[in-house]
Amino acid sequence: MADESVQREALAAAVENVAARIESEKSHLTDLDSAIGDADHGNNMHRGFQAVAEKTDEFEEMDVDEIVKTIGTTIIGNVGGAAGPLYGGSVMTASQEFEEGITAETSVAFAEAYLEKVKDRGDAPVGAKTMVDALTPAVHTYKKSIEHDDLPPLTALAKAVDAAERGVNFTVPLRASKGRASFLGWRSVGHQDPGATSTLFILEEILDTASEYLEGETDVEAVAESAPDEDPEEAQE
Amino acid sequence: MIGLVVVSHSAKAAEGIRDIAAQMGGGDARIEPAGGDGEEIGTDANRIGEAIAAADDGDGVVVLVDLGSAVMNTELALEMSDAEAVIADAPILEGALNAAVEATSSKATLDSVVESAEDAREYHKLND
Repeated sequence: MADESVQREALAAAVENVAARIESEKSHLTDLDSAIGDADHGNNMHRGFQAVAEKTDEFEEMDVDEIVKTIGTTIIGNVGGAAGPLYGGSVMTASQEFEEGITAETSVAFAEAYLEKVKDRGDAPVGAKTMVDALTPAVHTYKKSIEHDDLPPLTALAKAVDAAERGVNFTVPLRASKGRASFLGWRSVGHQDPGATSTLFILEEILDTASEYLEGETDVEAVAESAPDEDPEEAQE
Repeated sequence: MIGLVVVSHSAKAAEGIRDIAAQMGGGDARIEPAGGDGEEIGTDANRIGEAIAAADDGDGVVVLVDLGSAVMNTELALEMSDAEAVIADAPILEGALNAAVEATSSKATLDSVVESAEDAREYHKLND
């Protein structure tokens, strides 16, 4: 995906798809958050991504890294609570990795920078029942698929989404040790983490968008064959 | 003079703490409230950034925060700010009050104001 105008178009499409998905999941996210948080995650994310979707007209004049940075700053300005700095601030910082545009290599660098910033800012290890539980296996799987297994980016992304989904399920039995849910102690057990869930939704929409733009570059069988065998514990490391 | 910023999830709380600190700590202190996220209970990095800029006259700014995302949004605001600003790890009201007293001293430095604010961690409200 070398052509910069195609990358701009793909980013705008991704933003619109994420915004639409968050809109349709708004109540779902808020329900999850009302169980263990302060019941604002759906509304906050919706407000933020609507604002981002309204900016897509401006993308035509920007370089790819500027577009991604703008997505981050818009999230910061419109998503309240901890989600603003965690989602928006991390996108903003990681956007530097796209100075040379979006390639398999820079997308790995972006994913790693994003994860590092989220972990650094939230100070949450894997297992604290946060978005880190979905994000960490996704990013590690993506990196491994590209750098070690030499898979096409779209296949790597599909595997990463699969890993994120298992990460989301992994949050259900955990006792929260970070954020507002940690005040609930054992009562947080049995609830799915809203931040991990919205992270999965975003990744699913990015995959969906990428599959439109990277058609024919996936190896669907590789995903289907390897996904059930992969050890979730290994991906969590 | 070292500036102060009060970050609370509630705009009213931030303003109220500013008022108490200004009255009890010294009316000359430069204290900016940054509460709420513009619509409801919450915190907002941009709003905090604007308060830091308003509180800064070049000597630096100490930020008092309440809970949770107040810390994260303030850290983000500090990353985006050119001001020399730090977060004091202190209870917000008592810390703001102490910091306001220290900030109006002619010998105040960024470190001394942070230290004064953080002294408030040791306060006990009952005698035993």
